[in-house]
Amino acid sequence: MNIRKTLVRSLLMLLVLTLLCGVLYTLAVTGVAQLFFPRQANGSIIQKNGTAVGSSLIGQNFTDPGYFWGRPSATADYPYNVLASAGSNLSVTSGDEAAAVQARIAYLRDADPGNEAAVPVDLVTASASGMDPDISVAGALYQAGRVARARGLAADSLAKLVAEHTQGRFLGIFGEERVNVLELNIALDALARQ
Amino acid sequence: MTNLILQSVLFVVLVVLLAWPLGRYLWKVMEGRKTWTSGIFVPVERLVHRLARIDPEEEMDWKQYLAAVGIFSAVCFLAVFALQLLQNLLPLNPQGMSGLSWHLALNTAVSFVTNTNWQSYSGETTMSYLTQMLGLAVQNFVSAAVGLAVLFALIRGFTRASMKTIGNFWQDLVRGIVHILLPLSFVLAILLVSQGVVQNFGDYQQVSVLQPFVSNGTTIASQTLPMGPAASQIAIKQLGTNGGGFFGVNSAHPFENPTPFSNLLEMLSILLLPFACCFAFGYAVRQKRQGLALLAAMLVIFVACLAFALYFEQSAGNMEGKETRFGIVDSSLWAVTTTAASNGSVNAMHDSFTPLGGLVLLVLMQLGEVVGGGVGSGLYGMIAFALMAVFIAGLMVGRTPEYLGKKIEPWEMRMAVLVILGPTLTVLLGTALAAVYPGTSAALANTGAHGFSEILYAFSSAANNNGSAFAGLNANSVFYDVALAVSMLVGRFVPIAATLGIAGSLAGKKLVPVSAGTLSTNNLLFVGLLIFVVLILGALSFFPALALGPVAEQLSRIR
Repeated sequence: MNIRKTLVRSLLMLLVLTLLCGVLYTLAVTGVAQLFFPRQANGSIIQKNGTAVGSSLIGQNFTDPGYFWGRPSATADYPYNVLASAGSNLSVTSGDEAAAVQARIAYLRDADPGNEAAVPVDLVTASASGMDPDISVAGALYQAGRVARARGLAADSLAKLVAEHTQGRFLGIFGEERVNVLELNIALDALARQ
Repeated sequence: MTNLILQSVLFVVLVVLLAWPLGRYLWKVMEGRKTWTSGIFVPVERLVHRLARIDPEEEMDWKQYLAAVGIFSAVCFLAVFALQLLQNLLPLNPQGMSGLSWHLALNTAVSFVTNTNWQSYSGETTMSYLTQMLGLAVQNFVSAAVGLAVLFALIRGFTRASMKTIGNFWQDLVRGIVHILLPLSFVLAILLVSQGVVQNFGDYQQVSVLQPFVSNGTTIASQTLPMGPAASQIAIKQLGTNGGGFFGVNSAHPFENPTPFSNLLEMLSILLLPFACCFAFGYAVRQKRQGLALLAAMLVIFVACLAFALYFEQSAGNMEGKETRFGIVDSSLWAVTTTAASNGSVNAMHDSFTPLGGLVLLVLMQLGEVVGGGVGSGLYGMIAFALMAVFIAGLMVGRTPEYLGKKIEPWEMRMAVLVILGPTLTVLLGTALAAVYPGTSAALANTGAHGFSEILYAFSSAANNNGSAFAGLNANSVFYDVALAVSMLVGRFVPIAATLGIAGSLAGKKLVPVSAGTLSTNNLLFVGLLIFVVLILGALSFFPALALGPVAEQLSRIR
């Protein structure tokens, strides 16, 4: 066998396959995506009065008691730092993880005195991406009392809002029920203005 | 609980049902038979051959085949390596990413060429669009197709008799890409975009946030959203058992895996081709049950591991490092799927799994990536175990072992041992070296037994070409980049060379007619024996290491 011949063939083959799988394929997918799913292909951006206020897929940090809060975020520098997307990567047997969870429980309890309900686990554990757009339905309902007080709204109307924004499982089977925090808070602002 | 079982059972049934027809198609394509898509893809295949000046009729013996694999992979490595170093000078770099350090570029190039896709970097802050689409995405296709090619070369060892040659590498490579990987990826990519996976060439987008907040004295009033041609790369990353994310947190990133439906599609894609290979094998050797027997052994181990992982995560209610839309069930299901196959993409942080949940993932990789495994490579690994099983059975009854009508002799056994022990030794030696190498403990996110698990996981993942990580380990240093690159190379090319060695030897042998003394390799007894051999080799090799890591961590919780 001729090594040089194989080397030349390898080079040519890589060039042809790069053209096929790197250039043509990527362009074809981009073309079809931009034609049929332009909103999704460009980041599912939410527009409000002509300005982009976020992506419905990327969570944001909420600290105001009058907003629903999302999952704890372990991203570097500040929470929900999108370009530093990461989980905590802490071992769940480590004291560090347990201490963080206890501190978050205490913080939620402080912010909502009198709420004796069990704190849902998703509200006190860091998500995988650090920008989980969703919380569980229980996580939203747990906060309804606090948000209602801060906004001067009826707790019932918030429970209704949560129900309206609950996304079900795929085919009722796959994934989990969840509430998109950013979309919920935008709807909350609209409700409060009425 | 009902939903947990329903999701798991439906997933397994779905992936097997999809893999079956695909396996038949795969076999026809690789044998050059006519299929319903031949009218479109055969002309493309011919065009590629013409442009690359390949004569597809030229037959290769096993050494020529191996040389072609090796030289082609070396060329691929150099191209990806150079692309990363020079990306700051090249177009399609809207974020102005700089060129990579030599050790990160080396690690990443090896990683993608070996179908491992270990990542010591985050794509959205490191790689230009050009590097992603021309370097990494192309290797996603090519490395998977190399796995398929080697598998079919081995299959020809069984189907041919008294012949020197085992096929043409270029033809096998191109067929896998043109007829299978490209069309499947195209369909999957479009489906993923429909769910919200991004696919564009635009700049990163700055958006204002609904509620600005103050962090360490700075007001944060906006977010920068990463963009790029993600869907096209994510599709092949899942289908080709590559697993290298377009973004750093991989399929936990909402732009990489936005909904439960995208999650289901991506999970099915992980095991689709590895399982299809089993069906294709059965068709190719003209005994469907031989393929089913290997698939059955894989499924038994898979389901057992899935049950354990689900139990450990669910009973702990562990949501640390998991996304709400996937919850505990889909995160565990994914974790087991991605380590059973040598995919290595993640939708949850494995580092924050419970100790025993994480142990299941470690074991699945350490078994040699044969429970599905990589595209092609999973099945040739499993066939090495099957040779081991018939050899052990042969020793027990004192007969020369046979598999599919071919006598298994010392050469085949030596090669099979290389396939199995190459990665195993690399894991253990690499872990031991990293544990004592000065100055490497700073890379760990956790201390004690869990810190050791982070090291063991890294080398188990690299040497078995999986690519997932206990992501707390900061592996972008000269030591880890180089040590893991060496592990990936050994874990990929030692088994490939040994497999082609087996293929060449078997193709030259005569077919032995089935007699009363032949051990049947398509019944439940053999499936049981095969599972036993896989588990006993894995357990004996790794029990001491596992005892120092996850087992010690679990025991330390008992007070």
